[in-house]
Amino acid sequence: MIPTPDVSHLTDKDYSIIYEPAEDTFLFLDALEADAGDLKELKALICLEVGSGSGCISSFVAQILGPSVRAISFSLAGIKVSLECINTSFASPLIHRLWHQVDIILFNPPYVPTEYEEARFAQQGKSIAGAWAGGYDGMQVTNEFLEIVEDLLSERGLFYLVALKQNNVPEIQKRMLHEHSLESKVVLQRRAGREHLFILRFKRQNPS
Amino acid sequence: MVRLVTHNLLACHAKDCNTNNFPLGFQNVQLEIREAEFNPDFVRAFLPKIEWNALVKTARELGDTSLPDEQPEMVDDDFLQNLHHVLFELHVIEGAMVCPNCKHVYPISDGIPNMLLAEHEIA
Ligand SMILES: [Zn+2]
Repeated sequence: MIPTPDVSHLTDKDYSIIYEPAEDTFLFLDALEADAGDLKELKALICLEVGSGSGCISSFVAQILGPSVRAISFSLAGIKVSLECINTSFASPLIHRLWHQVDIILFNPPYVPTEYEEARFAQQGKSIAGAWAGGYDGMQVTNEFLEIVEDLLSERGLFYLVALKQNNVPEIQKRMLHEHSLESKVVLQRRAGREHLFILRFKRQNPS
Repeated sequence: MVRLVTHNLLACHAKDCNTNNFPLGFQNVQLEIREAEFNPDFVRAFLPKIEWNALVKTARELGDTSLPDEQPEMVDDDFLQNLHHVLFELHVIEGAMVCPNCKHVYPISDGIPNMLLAEHEIA
């Protein structure tokens, strides 16, 4: 059993901008632990945690990989955590240099459905709304990232995504396979209150 | 913390800025040196990911002249130690990064680079 990462250095002020680890985070951690063998085998050099906030997931991955492996982890939320932090909307300043270079990509997107305009507004500001507003069908932000994830993923890289049942998981899987040749499986799923959460794992269909 | 490992992976992503947009130049830098654990195997494995000329140029601008113009053919521990120091121990805490092409300024505050663009600057 790997202990849940210590996020006690984060203050209430931080939690007004990012959101506190909740059910989706814990399911994500369980899924990564279940996948520990595959993650270790990757011999990862570069990890990317997108928009997730606390860096909790990357810290957990670092524990899975063990002290002898020291992947560089990027947190793209602009919050100070124990990683390389970059305040950016998605990974666009990194794509130029990290083309097919990222071994582990972790994305817990804002998936609560909201009106499109509200989502755009929230994404541009730095607020808790940004972490929650997921766009018209809760997929606005996720879709933008799904379009570029293949550009970043290394040959044997693994991409983990949190999704809700209402995001239409089979459709996401089919689309990623047909448009980006990324095959996927459901690592774990769990009902948490009114939410039915999924952790999906994508990888290249035919790695060389 | 903007360590040089991060800097070496960041390019300008402003609208229509696609050439000569790397490396970003540092400006008004407040530098801090923080010791990090030396892991020679990791540094060696990371070497192919590095844009060498950009790293050497940037390190020299920040006052570190320990790296050679060309990557040495024989990688020894001294070299890896110097590379480790440049990549992982130099922290830019305050200042800015400026695109060599479009001159867009990305401020660094409290160790976090702000790479966000205004709506009209997004590609
Ligand atoms: Zn530029």
